[in-house]
Amino acid sequence: MANVLTIAEQRKGELRRISFELIGAAREIANSTGGTVASVLLGSNVTGLAATLGHYGADTVYVAEHADLDMYSAEGYTRVIAEIIRQKQPDVVILGGSALGKDLGGRLSAKLGIALASDCINFKVVDNGRIMVKRPIYGGRILANVTFKSNPQMFALRPNIIKPMDQDTGRACSVEKIAADPGPIRARTVEIKEKAAGKKELTEADVVVSGGRGLKGPEHFKMLDDLADVLGGAVGASRAVVDAGWIGHDQQVGQTGKVVNPTLYIAAGISGAIQHLAGMTSSKVIVAINKDADAPIFKVADYGIVDDLFAIVPVLTEELAKIKA
Amino acid sequence: MNIAVLLKQVPDTEARLKIRDGSVDHTDVKMVPNPFDEFAVEEAIRIREKSGSGQVTIYCLGQEKAKEAVKWAFSVGADQGFLLKDPAFDNSDLLGAAKVLAAALKKEHYDLILCGKQAVDDDAGQVAQAVAELLDLPHVGTVHKMELSEDKKSVVCYRDFEGGVEVVQSSLPAVISAEKGLNEVRYASLKGIMAAKKKSLVEMDLAALGLSAADIGAAGAQLEIRGLEMPPVRAAGKIIDGASPQEKVANLVKLLREEAKVI
Repeated sequence: MANVLTIAEQRKGELRRISFELIGAAREIANSTGGTVASVLLGSNVTGLAATLGHYGADTVYVAEHADLDMYSAEGYTRVIAEIIRQKQPDVVILGGSALGKDLGGRLSAKLGIALASDCINFKVVDNGRIMVKRPIYGGRILANVTFKSNPQMFALRPNIIKPMDQDTGRACSVEKIAADPGPIRARTVEIKEKAAGKKELTEADVVVSGGRGLKGPEHFKMLDDLADVLGGAVGASRAVVDAGWIGHDQQVGQTGKVVNPTLYIAAGISGAIQHLAGMTSSKVIVAINKDADAPIFKVADYGIVDDLFAIVPVLTEELAKIKA
Repeated sequence: MNIAVLLKQVPDTEARLKIRDGSVDHTDVKMVPNPFDEFAVEEAIRIREKSGSGQVTIYCLGQEKAKEAVKWAFSVGADQGFLLKDPAFDNSDLLGAAKVLAAALKKEHYDLILCGKQAVDDDAGQVAQAVAELLDLPHVGTVHKMELSEDKKSVVCYRDFEGGVEVVQSSLPAVISAEKGLNEVRYASLKGIMAAKKKSLVEMDLAALGLSAADIGAAGAQLEIRGLEMPPVRAAGKIIDGASPQEKVANLVKLLREEAKVI
């Protein structure tokens, strides 16, 4: 029997989708072993969000509220979550492979003295409530199947791997308030410069449209913005154009950039170097548009168009806009 | 300012890797300083140059070959280094590695500890955070810009987070992990390469760090690798036909809707 605890994420009073993905994963483990699913929610004034976690499958939500938890901090979150884990003794803990989860995980691991398997792309129950996870190493060139000697078994799940369950507003959960003491916080977020409205987070997007040197100049990213907008997706880039200063490094897809996991990945003017592929080969469907029939990207693309992207992309945007209208 | 930099030697990202006897075969693989740690080394040297005094000390957990990575750091300006080397350290998991590094770092006082955001072999990206927790220091991760305060008692860091860029202020000492974009790593000068030969590189083993073998290395590892596999090979798909861009696009859209069912 495996009781699973997940770490929910909220920002400015809104639950982030990863929270529901983790509960979905936890439900799979709990259901197959006869265990329960709990979710930890930290913040200030966030009790009202707890019911929604129940709708997505949590049996219990532990709510820890404190003014100092309003903004995420590694120190505050680590202290409070470690205390909850010690009290509630789950068998499995799942964090999100989000920026927050990646920031928090190592600290939590050291505080509790337990291992963390990060960036997992798969998990399964083996021998009785023990978990085996699969995680990419060496930039995804190799996959490792890993089990835990430690308890609880703690892993971080990559965003967009598990689809959340359908929201069931009739599903109730119990809400337990936990006294929280975040303690002294020495590294504090003092300002957030928001992304331009509508600019999606690459690692969590369902659709990614990426551009490379074939775009010929930074101004042509506008063409990809338009295509991404029609598809409700995010815009990415190859290392070459990031290094050339055409676009920010936060949009680089690849081994030293971001690893993305969308349902649809469209690569325009990208040749397909190994390090770029490392960042996107787990996309469900890959479309490549490139003038060069020999570009390595065509070896991994499900659909390829060998043609001038300046001729293809605007037409594609227009066609898709017609469908979506 | 006394700055420590954590540096790891890793296989080059271009290297073709093989699995042999259930582990990754490193023979004949080109080993390089971890690219993200290079940004940390560069930043440390810049800070030392700007402040006019202090030392940049490298800490490298690795085997004999890893000395090459430390020598590279010396050649671009780091002052001295430690190679944490002992069979008992081998095959540590992330927490084990953090314990070894923390034990070494504890022996000195550092105003700042810099590190890359992740190593491109295990890709876990947790060691900096774990070291910070073990040393009871704040940590700021994936930093692409940092500004020390005039009095050197605090630092303002910029990092990407969901929703945008976060500006994080931390007291010092702190552990900071570098993201690509923090700086451009300099090339070693001939003078730097020559000077590197004379810089102090001291080995530290289990006894020197006062650690128990049970806690670290393979003995202390809590994650067990049960098997390695190559990722599924993506087969090439189809090249779309069409006499004109319009036709090709129409065919693509049809396939995406009806075959792939993604739109």
